[in-house]
Amino acid sequence: MSVFWLVLIVFAIAAVAYVLSRARAMKSAEGDSRKLHSLPHFYAANGALSAAVPALLVLAIWLLAQPSVINSSVARVIPDHVLEQSGSLDLVMSDVRRVADGLDEAVRQGAMTNAEADDVRAGLTDVRRRLGDVGVALGSDVRPEVLYAAQRYRALNSTGALLRNIVVILIALVGFVLSYSRTHKDFRARNVVEKGIKVLLMAAASLAILTTVGIVLSMLFETVNFFKLHNWRDFFFGTTWAPNFRGDSELSILPLLWGTLYISIIALLVAVPIGLFAAIYLSEYAGPKVRAFAKPLLEILAGIPTIVYGLFALLTVGPLLLNIFGAEGLLGVGWMGGATSVLTAGIVMGIMLIPFVSSLSDDIINSVPQSMRDGSLGLGATKSETIRQVVIPAALPGIVGAILLAASRAIGETMIVVMGAGAIAKFSLNPLETMTTITTRIVSQLTGDGDFSSPETLVAFALGLTLFVLTLGLNVLALYIVRKYREQYE
Amino acid sequence: MYDAPSLENTLDQKAIKIAATDVQVYYGDTHAIKDVSVQIQDNTVTAFIGPSGCGKSTFLRCLNRMNDTIDICRVEGKILLDNEDIYDPKVDPVQLRAKVGMVFQKPNPFPKSIYDNIAYGPKIHGLARTKAELDEIVEKSLRRGAIWDEVKDRLQSPGTGLSGGQQQRLCIARAIATEPEVLLMDEPCSALDPIATAQVEELIDELRANFSVVIVTHSMQQAARVSQKTAFFHLGNLVEYGDTSQIFTTPVDPRTESYITGRIG
Ligand SMILES: Nc1ncnc2c1ncn2[C@@H]1O[C@H](COP(=O)(O)OP(=O)(O)O)[C@@H](O)[C@H]1O
Ligand SMILES: [Mg+2]
Repeated sequence: MSVFWLVLIVFAIAAVAYVLSRARAMKSAEGDSRKLHSLPHFYAANGALSAAVPALLVLAIWLLAQPSVINSSVARVIPDHVLEQSGSLDLVMSDVRRVADGLDEAVRQGAMTNAEADDVRAGLTDVRRRLGDVGVALGSDVRPEVLYAAQRYRALNSTGALLRNIVVILIALVGFVLSYSRTHKDFRARNVVEKGIKVLLMAAASLAILTTVGIVLSMLFETVNFFKLHNWRDFFFGTTWAPNFRGDSELSILPLLWGTLYISIIALLVAVPIGLFAAIYLSEYAGPKVRAFAKPLLEILAGIPTIVYGLFALLTVGPLLLNIFGAEGLLGVGWMGGATSVLTAGIVMGIMLIPFVSSLSDDIINSVPQSMRDGSLGLGATKSETIRQVVIPAALPGIVGAILLAASRAIGETMIVVMGAGAIAKFSLNPLETMTTITTRIVSQLTGDGDFSSPETLVAFALGLTLFVLTLGLNVLALYIVRKYREQYE
Repeated sequence: MYDAPSLENTLDQKAIKIAATDVQVYYGDTHAIKDVSVQIQDNTVTAFIGPSGCGKSTFLRCLNRMNDTIDICRVEGKILLDNEDIYDPKVDPVQLRAKVGMVFQKPNPFPKSIYDNIAYGPKIHGLARTKAELDEIVEKSLRRGAIWDEVKDRLQSPGTGLSGGQQQRLCIARAIATEPEVLLMDEPCSALDPIATAQVEELIDELRANFSVVIVTHSMQQAARVSQKTAFFHLGNLVEYGDTSQIFTTPVDPRTESYITGRIG
């Protein structure tokens, strides 16, 4: 019985609980719902929730836990000499799982019976060929130890599934019976349901938080692995980024960080003035008609996938810059070798950030109280004097926060720099040269065909974690400033 | 309930500062001010009273064209300041507002230092050529705003850090600093406690010597205490206008009487 059917059965039990609990509550009140403590549907919901929620929770935990329990128990039956031959437990275990899947497939197609699958011996039958017949290709002959482990794996899996089904259905039934027996006209079903809903919401919130923690932890583990293989001093304080596959790579974050910051600064130089002026125009000058039309339009700009901006960088902005600064360009200076450069990526990223800066600043400028503007206008200041000398200074902390948020987006941006910035890590002040960023290096180190446990690949996690810490710090600072600013006008 | 008219209230000999004739104000389709004509005298405190929503603020804001900043607002009629039509296309509303200062209901100091709050208007209008002149203007304005002694030692601290009453006097000083001829005050004491109110009222009485003051107030006691002339508005109409003493003792219109005796409001 698959998980799908199991969940359906739990829901069916919950549905029955819903109907019966309601009926029982009504009966205990002699059919007069006014005598009940709570409205009838609360009794029904209490029944359904008691049946479904604990059962589904147990199911979820079980599904998460079973694979690792089975893995470790199967791993114990694999003899040491097999481990030594294949190098690592992970490799053997993936073999085991493949063979087990193959046996499952063979049984499903009818090429073997269940009993045969449990009994085949590698010495007597050519397992590789028989599995090949049903479409499961194995790289090498199946060793008897692996076959045995695979059979064990299957056996454990099916017992596990059976046990799981029994336990989950039992819990659903117990929940139903308990809530049913408690259903009575004086039972405070409404309060219980209220608590149940609170628990559900809390579960959702903690799931979100746990995922974040999980992401950070998994990055942290790989980062630790990386620092076991590579000197941390070189990573943080070295000056060269030169991965190779001979084992003496120089993997320093500094040149990448420089590229990242340089591009981000150019992006902010583009986005902040334009975004801010757009926000000032929209919030202070534009009439309601222009506003109704321009605001959504700007926000559409924020919804364009960054890959599209990347194409724009590659196909439009890069060649345009080359036409000006290239060897045969308008200026005839030959400062620019190719279409990819810091400037290309920076300009396009700035364009991407304009709606971000403008919509945040717009909100902030709008939250400056009207009385402040009236005060200035009442003294005979013009509109632009009022904006420059009163509105903007009053909104400044909030605007700084918005800029920091934009900066953290710029630092984490990937697609535009992959397509617009180039791939060479170096320290240079020339914005027309190609440079590379942390995010692009993460992509290229992970998508290359290097060994996953080599420092050249693992460095991606160290880079990712550094980036995470950097943007997290910026975000926290920005939110702190913005919140501080909001309080000022509460 | 109000002060007896003093001897100096020989109002009719004072010059007319503002003369409004047949003023209409519309907010979109709402007719907020209907056919209002009034003559406001120089060196006089004129009080606008009336129930909420009757158009006191709206009419006050016509006098320095603050209504121009509201998109849907339309003003018709004639308003003369020293015999010049302030709605004439030649008149720059920004210059006008320097001549007709305004103080608002809620104290609204800028998020700047006390000094910069006062210096803001003079700087914009170029009233001071040197730093010393500016210092002088700031000190004089703060003195006339009756707040100099309280803030002279902390001119560089933010204006928003003062108490409500101090903030309102700061705003009055700020309005005075641009050397206006008329001061408009829209319920300047409604956000203040009784002690701060008394201080501001005292200040208003002193300001009469140099300015023509128009004050909107909800408190009839306040109108009686500080004003020499009172205008009673009701549903967008100017119902009655005259000497404060006369309005409060022998109102002509039954609506005025109902209002000052507390039957409408
Ligand atoms: N900005 C505005 N937009 C639309 N209607 C307004 C606006 N300001 C005031 N009004 C309307 O004009 C009328 C007079 O308002 P107001 O002058 O503020 O009254 P008061 O100050 O006497 O309480 C009210 O009916 C009010 O709803
Ligand atoms: Mg008002």
